[in-house]
Amino acid sequence: MSDGVTAEILTGHVLDLARRGRRLDGRGIDDLRPVRIQKGYVASADGSALVEWGPTKVLAGIKLEPGTPFPDTPNAGVLTTNAELVPLSSPGFEPGPPRPEAIELSRVVDRAIRAAEAVDLTKLCVTPGEKAWICYVDIHILDDGGNLIDASMLAAMAALSNTRVPASRFGLGTDGPLEVQHFPVEVTFARLGDALVVDPTSEEEVACQGRLTIATNEVGEICAMQKGKVGAFSPSDVMEMVSRAQVHGDRLRQLIRSP
Amino acid sequence: MLLSTKLNKERIGMGSVGAKDVPQLLDAEGRRIDGRGLEDLRPIKIEAGVLNRADGSAYVEWGENKVMAAVYGPREVHPRHLQQNDKAIVQCRYNMAAFSVDERKRPGLDRRSQEISKVISEAFESVLFVEEYPRTSIDVYIEVLQANAGTRCAGIVAASVALADAGIPMADLIPAVAVGKIAGHIALDLRKEEDNYGEADLPMALVPRSGRLVLLQMEGHMTAEELRQALDLGVRGCRKIYDLQREALRRRYAVQSPPPVEVPA
Repeated sequence: MSDGVTAEILTGHVLDLARRGRRLDGRGIDDLRPVRIQKGYVASADGSALVEWGPTKVLAGIKLEPGTPFPDTPNAGVLTTNAELVPLSSPGFEPGPPRPEAIELSRVVDRAIRAAEAVDLTKLCVTPGEKAWICYVDIHILDDGGNLIDASMLAAMAALSNTRVPASRFGLGTDGPLEVQHFPVEVTFARLGDALVVDPTSEEEVACQGRLTIATNEVGEICAMQKGKVGAFSPSDVMEMVSRAQVHGDRLRQLIRSP
Repeated sequence: MLLSTKLNKERIGMGSVGAKDVPQLLDAEGRRIDGRGLEDLRPIKIEAGVLNRADGSAYVEWGENKVMAAVYGPREVHPRHLQQNDKAIVQCRYNMAAFSVDERKRPGLDRRSQEISKVISEAFESVLFVEEYPRTSIDVYIEVLQANAGTRCAGIVAASVALADAGIPMADLIPAVAVGKIAGHIALDLRKEEDNYGEADLPMALVPRSGRLVLLQMEGHMTAEELRQALDLGVRGCRKIYDLQREALRRRYAVQSPPPVEVPA
């Protein structure tokens, strides 16, 4: 951000490459960067996963504790998602209250987990109206190499699928795995001129004219979407990205399910 | 049909009443709870230029929604470090009044409002000629006074008219509407009960001249084919709202024939 001229030259270069179907890191328009998941990265969490998505690094940790269910949902536990853009991950992030980007990131991940009903919250109820598990999904961005939404979503789902409910710690019976019933994943695209590139890098995010995130589930339904950044998409652009998101989504789901 | 379509919002903590109170969203004749068909909008009333101090303003009544929008600027940027040397910044603030919903909302910007403010700012920056006004801010304030689902869309509709009322050059007005899925059917312009108990909600904002979407969000369950239908229905809905926006501006700026000029003899 401090160097506007460099950003402008780089943006011109990124757009110029896209016109010729090429990208700064050598990928094709529809190639994801290499993705690696390490489950159980943090022993102190009830579930966790480190996702290395190209140069982007995201750590998700799950903590469960007993609490009171919301009065309007007495038979369900509670799931909350929070993402923090910690200053160590990018020169652009500063300490302080969460910025709109961080709020959007948390909410877009939360929306997909919720809408797809990844976790059956009724199974987190202990005593209706009195006691239920509160499941905290905390996402820590460690290195911002672009496309934080997809990496965070994958880390959250990988961590949830690796979570044990710490019942014995709270005298509520024996520990057991948290049941994940659906596996939504998000796939993000960026418009660079006429090209719709998947999995944008930081440079491409600066250069892009619109960004669209699409969450799909294992039967190919669309569960959540979010358009971000300045720019626009036609309905046919959207449908093209949806079919591409379904294909990438299936590949990412396999990664979550492998141990 | 589908493996996992019934989005029970009550179960996942978004609804507010017990399962026995879930209303029937479509009757046997395919009428919605307020009597509309699947492709009908609620009644919409738009008035431009309703506030005195603002550079531009508009008021929208949309079903039971009441939304006011005001535009200030282009003006000096506060805080200063947000200033951009090559363009104006667009700062939208979407805010809900404490009394706008059934259960009093704590005043101030919650995370939902901040997210909506961000996506609306980006939608408007996509159509405003921001490079015409470097080092300035175009401030768009949206106040939701009474809410019944679709407030972000009503806010965008009002703010578009307010921006035009302020005389700020832009590529087009942007109409907005939410499409959803209720009782298995794609429906235009959800009201509160449909939003709470329906299967999907998809707010969008259109640039009518280019046919492109500058705001698009979605939550729920839809197949690709349903999404295609929903986008199509939403675009048609937006075009109807676009006509209302232009009419509101015409009413505001209708030229009254000037008084005859007295030529001194």
